[in-house]
Amino acid sequence: MSADTPQSPTSKAGELVLEVQDLDVSFFVDGEWHTAATEISYDVRRGEVLAIVGESGSGKTQSSMSLLGLLPSNGRAAGSAKLLGKELIGLRGPDLRRVRGKDIAVIFQEPMTALNPVYTIGFQISEALRSHLPMDPSQARARALELLRMVEIPEPERRYDAFPHQLSGGQRQRAMIAQSLACDPTLLIADEPTTALDVTVQAEILKLIRDLKDRIDSGIVLITHDMGVVADMADRIIVMKQGRIVESGDAHQIFHDPQHPYTRTLLDAVPHFGSYSDPKSATAVPVGPPVQEPSVEPDNAVLDLRHLVLEYPKQGSQPAFRAIDDVSFHVDRGEVVGLVGESGSGKTTIGRAAVGLLKVKSGSLRVAGVDMATARRRDLKPLRRKVGIVFQDPGSSLNPRLPIGESIGEPLYLHEKMRGAELSRRVEALLDSVELARDMRNRYPHELSGGQRQRVGIARSLALEPDFLVADEPTSALDVSVQAKVLKLFLDLQREHGFGCLFISHDLAVVEMLAQRIAVLNHGKLVEIGPREQVVHNPQDPYTRRLVAAVPVPDPDEQAARRIRRDELIAASGVS
Amino acid sequence: MTFDTPRPGHEDVAENAIELKDVQGLSQGQIVWRRFRRHRGAIGGLLALLAVVGLAFTSIGFGPIPGWWQHTPSSRLDLINPMGRPTMALPTWLGGSGFAIGDAPFGQDEIGRDIFARTMRGVQTSVQVMVIIGLVSAVLGVLIGACAGFYRGWIDQGLMRLTDLIITFPLVVVGAVLGKIAGGGNVALLALFLGLLIWPGMARLVRGDFLSLREREFVDAARVAGASDWRIIRKHMIPNAMGVIIVNLTLVMSAAILLEAALSYLGFGVQTPNVSLGLMISQYQSAFSTRPWLFWWPGFFIIVLVLSINFIGDGLRDAFDPRQKKVPTARQMARAARKIEKGAPQ
Repeated sequence: MSADTPQSPTSKAGELVLEVQDLDVSFFVDGEWHTAATEISYDVRRGEVLAIVGESGSGKTQSSMSLLGLLPSNGRAAGSAKLLGKELIGLRGPDLRRVRGKDIAVIFQEPMTALNPVYTIGFQISEALRSHLPMDPSQARARALELLRMVEIPEPERRYDAFPHQLSGGQRQRAMIAQSLACDPTLLIADEPTTALDVTVQAEILKLIRDLKDRIDSGIVLITHDMGVVADMADRIIVMKQGRIVESGDAHQIFHDPQHPYTRTLLDAVPHFGSYSDPKSATAVPVGPPVQEPSVEPDNAVLDLRHLVLEYPKQGSQPAFRAIDDVSFHVDRGEVVGLVGESGSGKTTIGRAAVGLLKVKSGSLRVAGVDMATARRRDLKPLRRKVGIVFQDPGSSLNPRLPIGESIGEPLYLHEKMRGAELSRRVEALLDSVELARDMRNRYPHELSGGQRQRVGIARSLALEPDFLVADEPTSALDVSVQAKVLKLFLDLQREHGFGCLFISHDLAVVEMLAQRIAVLNHGKLVEIGPREQVVHNPQDPYTRRLVAAVPVPDPDEQAARRIRRDELIAASGVS
Repeated sequence: MTFDTPRPGHEDVAENAIELKDVQGLSQGQIVWRRFRRHRGAIGGLLALLAVVGLAFTSIGFGPIPGWWQHTPSSRLDLINPMGRPTMALPTWLGGSGFAIGDAPFGQDEIGRDIFARTMRGVQTSVQVMVIIGLVSAVLGVLIGACAGFYRGWIDQGLMRLTDLIITFPLVVVGAVLGKIAGGGNVALLALFLGLLIWPGMARLVRGDFLSLREREFVDAARVAGASDWRIIRKHMIPNAMGVIIVNLTLVMSAAILLEAALSYLGFGVQTPNVSLGLMISQYQSAFSTRPWLFWWPGFFIIVLVLSINFIGDGLRDAFDPRQKKVPTARQMARAARKIEKGAPQ
């Protein structure tokens, strides 16, 4: 078996490791074969990163998983894929198992679900080693520790016996990478390896993969939809759309001289961080602790937080968790304020408190003139007319058992007591305003695409013409081209209706595009707030600086320069 | 950043297009029904249940409505065959003397009563008990489980401790006592009391489902829209818990039939002159070696009822589980592939 897979480090770089020829992947649904990917041809060389980009449903993941025989039971692959001359398509049983994990390894998107929660990470890495190589447990342990050191996990001896839930997201992904590198794979498939991670952690993982790339001597297939990550990592790129390769070429050519119209629209749709605000107007505001100016005209603020503290109450033996600690800022009428922070920073908590889904612990929170700290249920009812919220996950925020027309009309039904023809006229008007066809009103959420569902969510939040809207990561679950359309729609509606908006996001580029001011949260504290020019081009707080530096931009040259600065910052502050 | 102007309704190519092929233009209910229909066992069970229930209620009539069968469960006839042997005969190709139904197809007991009519009345009793227990336990279980799961806190604590208490009661013993108190004769009253004891399983499952449902964003969305608690429970949460409720209901119903049969067999459930399948088995068990048909038919119908309901429940569980995809057989897939190849040259 190992005779035909030379893995000696002497093998020359640039050797062809994977040749894919006319790969077809199709799925059997409802009595018919539907093509998920067709006529896929590409090759990968040693030491090279080939990025496969495309939106969801473009077949990029399925075509790569078919190399490992990891298609669902109703899928099939045809064509040819040769790993060092050995045919992969049609492999079964022991032959296939010998390839999996040894010759081809995969880094999955979500390390929490890809690692087994009941085994220690050390065990899982050793398992990968011992299932392919003749090793006794102590050898496997030594090798696993070596791998953990290679992926720069702090204190590898201690982490070896840690369970996945005891590690941070970044450490889990490092452990996952260590496991995939266990048997020196010839080909490494990284399926959206950083999508589930925060942007600063993503930066660290990207740095790690870059550093490893030169040392491990494998070909890497990087599957992603994030053009910033592609710009950071890729040597060559293939662009997929609806199951076909529409364009392929090296990174520079794709980014600077895209040939296919789809590639151009895709690149245009990617928010380019740092390009929406003018760096020159970023005057260095005197630095100091971010004590915000209390709203000059409190009457004009639709959202006003002063020394706000929010806690999740204790549950059983778990102590109360202080999610927001002494935060003060305000949103004026008709203003869009961006709230950025990484997961766990408390940004969603503020959004939920602002619409009355969470109780105020101390401090004051005034929404559209109502003090939420003292408000009772009766006071909240009129407030519901003035605030709306767009949720993050359009799949979960619509009741799967209600037609979307009913979901949109529910606030009108409850507050305006609208019924029958009047209600259906308003629902149609709302559907028009979010550019959905009127006959969609009788459809169910599962029949809609992600972008359509999020439009429905926006229509519902605008049904009562609110003064203040919370947008909680409304586009983070969407593809870039869909995101671009939804954001455009959102901007238009904001201009038209003039509502004040708290736009919560982890994506600095999106926030820069929309917001006049940006607030940065870290671990429940407000570290910086200011006009977007200042936060984007001249951040004052060290955390903000790190955050800004970590955002990848969709331009290989610019990103190369940013990468140097970013790596310096990571080196200075150490890995998380 | 440039945008192209989207045309309403056509702007998004659905990224989940292939998965959508399976569900296009269908409501949740229709999807469930379609998946249910593909489940052969469940459809078989449904047909068997409908056939048995139809036969039982049309043959001897129900209440004041007369049926098409000539005998009633209590009328005594002269013995048609010696010993009251069944008059139904197997067709010749099965080794019988030619297919016939006769006047007493399931035979007669020692005092000449028609076993067919009695069995049919027993099936009616079982179905009544099943429906009443199902309804009572569903209403109670859903309400209690919904309140506990939605409000949590001390309401949840109180209701769940009550549930725990009810579960500790040995069902057969309490059922026996209640059956005696209820006067034995009244089947509906007995079923009502049993229903009051059998809801905890349903309540726990519904509570569990509600605990996860209340974290879903559409519940928050309804709350932000200003919906009342009752509206959220009724309009947004119960429809989404329907899968759990229906599946559990079928299990409760099949358990109810067995419970009634067991109680009646022990002499604590349905009393003479009423007829129940369990009671018939109890009455005729001494005749097992001499007149086995007295014994077989009620047993056979208990098995048919319980089995068909369990099959239906099994099919419903699969149909409601969105993660469960029907894996097509290799033959189906190959056939479709051949079709494509045939179509390709043209």
